[in-house]
Amino acid sequence: MSNPQQLRYSKEHEWLSGAEDGVSTVGITEHAANALGDVVYVQLPEVGSTVAAGETCGELESTKSVSDLYSPVDGEIAEINEDVVNDPSLVNTAPFEGGWLFKVKISGEPGELLSADEYAAFIQS
Amino acid sequence: MTDAPRRTALDATHRALGATMTDFAGWDMPLRYSSEREEHVAVRTRAGLFDLSHMGEITVTGPQAADLLDYALVGNIGGVKTGRARYTMICEAGGGILDDLIVYRLAEQEYMVVANASNAQVVLDALSARAGGFDAAIRDDRDGYALLAVQGPESPGILKKLTDADLDGLKYYAGLPGTVAGVQALIARTGYTGEDGFELFVRPSDAVALWEALTEAGRDSGLVPCGLSCRDTLRLEAGMPLYGHELTTATTPFDAGLGRVVKFEKTSNGGDFVGREALAAAAERAETTPPRKLVGLIAQGRRVPRAGYPVVTADGTVIGEVTSGAPSPTLGKPVAIAYVDAAHATPGTEGVCVDIRGSHEPYEVTALPFYKRQK
Repeated sequence: MSNPQQLRYSKEHEWLSGAEDGVSTVGITEHAANALGDVVYVQLPEVGSTVAAGETCGELESTKSVSDLYSPVDGEIAEINEDVVNDPSLVNTAPFEGGWLFKVKISGEPGELLSADEYAAFIQS
Repeated sequence: MTDAPRRTALDATHRALGATMTDFAGWDMPLRYSSEREEHVAVRTRAGLFDLSHMGEITVTGPQAADLLDYALVGNIGGVKTGRARYTMICEAGGGILDDLIVYRLAEQEYMVVANASNAQVVLDALSARAGGFDAAIRDDRDGYALLAVQGPESPGILKKLTDADLDGLKYYAGLPGTVAGVQALIARTGYTGEDGFELFVRPSDAVALWEALTEAGRDSGLVPCGLSCRDTLRLEAGMPLYGHELTTATTPFDAGLGRVVKFEKTSNGGDFVGREALAAAAERAETTPPRKLVGLIAQGRRVPRAGYPVVTADGTVIGEVTSGAPSPTLGKPVAIAYVDAAHATPGTEGVCVDIRGSHEPYEVTALPFYKRQK
C-alpha cells in the first residue's frame, strides 16, 4: 500500500490534493477503504454547501458498517463525484483516483494535515 | 471477555493469506481475505472454503443419550437415524431460545451437538444441568475439533477428488465418518449459505493439511477462502436466522417462524421436555394473535438497514425492528430481516419504511428467503 507523495492526509483518513484554481480534491485513503471493506453507498455533501475541518459532511456505507465522512479542511463544495455515487466500489478499486469524493474551495486549514510519510507512520502506530 | 482471543488451528494460514481478522465470540476469526463481495459471489457460483473452528462441539454418549437430548432440546432427537443430522433448538423453561443447534447422531448411543461459538458455554451448562437422572455423559469437545466447510455448487466435485466416501449417497443433513485427503473426518452435508456444501470436522492437528489439500483440489474450480463477512450475507439471503439477531432469549421458536422445530408429539420422558408448557402457549399465541412476524425487507433505495433500526410506517409509527441487514450481492439491493407487527407483515404490504439514521427509506415486505438455489 503506498500513499501518493503529492497528497496530504488527515487523521480521519482523508486525502487532499494540492489546490488547482483554489480548488482541492478530497477522497479517502486506501488504508481506510481496506478497513471499510466493500463500499456500497456513498452520501456526499451538496455542491455549494459549506464544510468545516473535522466535521461530518457525509457517510460511507460498507457491507459491514457505516462510517462518517469528514472534511479535512474548511471550505465550500465545488463539485462531487457522481461516478462514485453511482458506483461506490470505485472507493475500493481506485481510492486515490476514480474513487475521489468531492472538490472543495478551501477557506481555511486546521494546520494538522500530514505528509504521506507522516500518514504512513500514523497508520502503523 | 477479558481473555486474549482464542485462535483456531488455521490461524497462521489465515494470516499468511492476508486475512482481515476480527474478534468473534472470543475467537480471532477471518472476516475476509479479499473483497467480501467476491467471496460471496464465489460461493454462489463456484466454491468457498471456510474455517468454522469457533463452533462449539459437545458430545453426548450413553444408553440414555437420546432421552437426555429429547428432554433438553425441543426436537425429536431420539427419532434421528444414525448418520443423520437435525436442526434444533435449546430453550429456557419459559420458552426463550438459548441457542439454535445442529445435532448429529454418530452412533446409537453417541450424538454430537454443535452450538454457536457465543453460546457454547451456555449450552454446555444447560445440558449438564438437565442431565440429572439420565444415564448419559456430556463431554466438552470444543478443543477436540477443527471445522472446515466447503460451500457452493462446485463443492461436491472438489471433495470427490479427495475422498472415496460416498458423497452422492450423503443426503442433505447427513454425516458420515470418512477419510478426506488422508485425514480422518466427519463429513457432513449441511451449511449456512443456501448452497450445497460440506462441513468437515477433523482433529485440529489435521486442519492445515486438509485446508491445503482442499485449496489445491479447488484451484481449477475457482474455490477461494471465505471469511465471516460473506458468510453473514450468504445466510441472510438464504433467510437463515443468526443467534443474537433473529433468535434471542426474548424470542420463542414460534416468534421466529420456526415453530416446526418444536416436536410436541415426542413420547420419550412421558412427552416432557424443557419449555414444553411455555412453548405450547407460544404456539397458540402465534396461531391466533401473533405479536410480530419475521419478514424479509427489500430496499427500493440504496441505503442499508442495520440490526436495531426501527421499522416504521410513512408517518413514523414504529411497527417493528430490523434484526439483520446488509447489501445483497445477489439481488443487487440492500435487504433486511425484521420483526414486523402482524398487521404490516403480509408480503406486498405498502408503506413500510426503515428509519435509517433519521430518514425513512421505503422497503418492500417479502417472504423469506430472498434467495433459493436451483436444484
